[in-house]
Amino acid sequence: MAEINWLKDADAALAQAKTAQKPILLDFSAAPM
Amino acid sequence: MRQFVSENFLPVKIHIKEQPKTFERFKAQWTPTQLILDSEGVERHRMEGFFPLEDFLAQLELGLAKLSFQKLQYREAEKHFRSLCQTYPASGAAPEACYWAGVSAYKVTNKPEPLGEAAKLLKEKYPDSEWTRKASVWLH
Repeated sequence: MAEINWLKDADAALAQAKTAQKPILLDFSAAPM
Repeated sequence: MRQFVSENFLPVKIHIKEQPKTFERFKAQWTPTQLILDSEGVERHRMEGFFPLEDFLAQLELGLAKLSFQKLQYREAEKHFRSLCQTYPASGAAPEACYWAGVSAYKVTNKPEPLGEAAKLLKEKYPDSEWTRKASVWLH
């Protein structure tokens, strides 16, 4: 099963979301990455 | 879960030790916190604390439903709310989704019947829910 391709740059994701017209799931974590 | 996330969202993970300012910027005060932002960056749904998988998936569906509802896309919103009710009936989000499914259907039809149906369903399936109390005004 494919892993989720998590982005790490919120601003880049915001720009990408606007272009792609796609919502963002923003996950704030303290778990080891 | 992975497929649902990848198909419906641009997933972004922010670690508190790596990006504390991003936590402040989005007012995340606890972990885990997940936000659903629309394509313009407006927050539409906030999840705070851990959710077991079924509840987490229900919360994601609830977020998509709210996103459509707040954009006045009531048919799409109803579809997501009803999907949540039917797929995750034991989740904490289900009563809220059943309530808003009725409201969405009312917004589409401008007829009161969907509100009454939602109230009956809530009373039957979730008698102790606050959403059942909110919907009680729709029962005649």
